[in-house]
Amino acid sequence: MLQLNNIYKTFYPNTPDERRALNNISQKLSPGDFVTIIGSNGAGKSTLLNMLAGTLLPDEGNVWIDGKDVTSWPEEKRAKLIGRVFQNPLMGTAPGMTIEENMMISLGRTQNRSLFSGITKKTRHQFREHLQTLEIGLENRLNSKVGLLSGGERQALSLLMATFTEPKILLLDEHTAALDPSKQELIIKLTKDLVEKQQLTTVMVTHQMEQAIELGNRLWMMDEGSIIFEANEEQKQDLTVPDLLNEFEKVRGKRMTSDKALLMK
Amino acid sequence: MVSALYGAVESGLIYAIMALGVYISFRILDFPDLTVDGSFVTGGAVTSVMIVGGSSPIVATLAGAFAGLLAGIITGLLHTKGNINPLLAGILMMIALYSINLRIMGQPNIPMLNETTLFTMISQTWTNLALDQVLIVPFKWLGIASYAPSTFYVIVSMMIIVLTVKKLLDFFLRTEAGITLRATGDNQSMVKSFSTNTNLYITLGMGLSNALVALSGALIVQFNGFADVNLGVGMIIIGLASVIIGEVLFGKDKIVRMTLAVILGSIVYRAIYALALRVDFLEASDMKLITALIVISALVLPNTLEKSKAKREFKKSQRRALNHNQEGGVQHASAK
Ligand SMILES: Nc1ncnc2c1ncn2[C@@H]1O[C@H](COP(=O)(O)OP(=O)(O)OP(=O)(O)O)[C@@H](O)[C@H]1O
Ligand SMILES: [Mg+2]
Repeated sequence: MLQLNNIYKTFYPNTPDERRALNNISQKLSPGDFVTIIGSNGAGKSTLLNMLAGTLLPDEGNVWIDGKDVTSWPEEKRAKLIGRVFQNPLMGTAPGMTIEENMMISLGRTQNRSLFSGITKKTRHQFREHLQTLEIGLENRLNSKVGLLSGGERQALSLLMATFTEPKILLLDEHTAALDPSKQELIIKLTKDLVEKQQLTTVMVTHQMEQAIELGNRLWMMDEGSIIFEANEEQKQDLTVPDLLNEFEKVRGKRMTSDKALLMK
Repeated sequence: MVSALYGAVESGLIYAIMALGVYISFRILDFPDLTVDGSFVTGGAVTSVMIVGGSSPIVATLAGAFAGLLAGIITGLLHTKGNINPLLAGILMMIALYSINLRIMGQPNIPMLNETTLFTMISQTWTNLALDQVLIVPFKWLGIASYAPSTFYVIVSMMIIVLTVKKLLDFFLRTEAGITLRATGDNQSMVKSFSTNTNLYITLGMGLSNALVALSGALIVQFNGFADVNLGVGMIIIGLASVIIGEVLFGKDKIVRMTLAVILGSIVYRAIYALALRVDFLEASDMKLITALIVISALVLPNTLEKSKAKREFKKSQRRALNHNQEGGVQHASAK
């Protein structure tokens, strides 16, 4: 489903600011795989996701999605295959538009826009059914402006919008980090449900090791642009947070540098 | 006095189409588009030249609007493909259009007094149908016949045209494409992330905006009976003032209400204009200053009010906290 071949990325090459963000990354995900990525600040996690989404081009290497070499596809074209939720709840939705209008935008991945018709009864009914699965009552507020929703509600909507058109790949970059703990729980639960229901191939970045262990069937740990540790489904079963911390120290000879990672036990 | 207000309604309705165009660029697309000063004249220039050349006024008017569409599309392309910042793209287009407009017109001023225009056509039909005699009846009943306008044809015909434009715009903005256009102005990167060519929407939106502006220009030159290459100076600010006045006085969240508010805003602006001209110490040329002041106050006042309100609230809460502490102190004392 997803294949990364020898990806390299360096920012500001040949200057004093040179920064090697990705260093020879090669990985493969099968359909339905759900990988969580952890790593210290600046490890290259977001850069990797940007590489998958086409926001950034690799210096070397190529990206395959669903059997197609998409390395040279522009972001817009790749977006047909990719659903994405960002850390900032404000990024994934249009605040001045209503819930149903936002949902309509997300249909753009699968169909062209009509110049002659608006949101039909049938589509509205579909939207309502999808919104119902979130179980936070958004289905009764189709005509509310999204800007009036709370951060958690907005993020839940972003998540639904990124998934309900069944993308080939779902990218989640710390999509719970800006929320308070109870809302984080809600979003994690929804993530689990939505991914499971549609068997989405998912890549999720998180700073919370427990989340990383609990969710998904695979785990990558990144540091300085490389994947320094990985666990498959079996190994992940009895992985614990101390295991991960030890693993990091063993490979790097230093402690995990992310404050956040330490805070999250 | 009263007749000046009728005049304000007439021209307010015609300029309302321009204000709707400005609403699309400024509010919907969040694109401060200065092309307007040029494309307004372009619409008038194309139309007047065609009318003098013997074209049907209807064809000439539509051609004027089409010229505006092209101008807007070019501004859109300068921004989206050329990566030029919106303000600069608009200014460049405005300057370029000044020369182009002069080329189209061949001279700075084209009189059309003896030509057949849209308004002379409507006027003729109107007289044939004797509609003024019908519309004057209610005024007679009320005994205010002397306050009736000399003719209703401009107001009625423009109302029909403006409301048609409004209806079409309302319809379009609620189609899937229209929703996408609005969302692009609201959160472009999000719309893009759903595999939408936002550059296309911005470019076409700018085209639509300037088509309306040029249509308004095409109507104004026929209404005035002449075209002038300087007709568009400050037009963008007039459009913006109309949009802001409309929003403040009549605005609501819904699209249909917003477009109506913009139209009413344009009429109110023209009424203010007409009144200002009646004040002895003001000259017609002061109107640009007054317009700028309206826009400035509309931009600054809400912020200032918000801030002073927040300040008052803060002081209040501090006082409350102070009182609370004192009460607490008293309680402690009495508990001893
Ligand atoms: N657009 C960019 N231009 C220049 N340098 C960048 C850019 N994006 C990332 N970098 C650099 O690349 C490195 C990896 O950054 P990245 O954002 O991928 O880290 P991350 O693992 O997501 O970190 P965090 O946990 O803080 O989000 C960092 O050193 C960063 O400064
Ligand atoms: Mg990151």
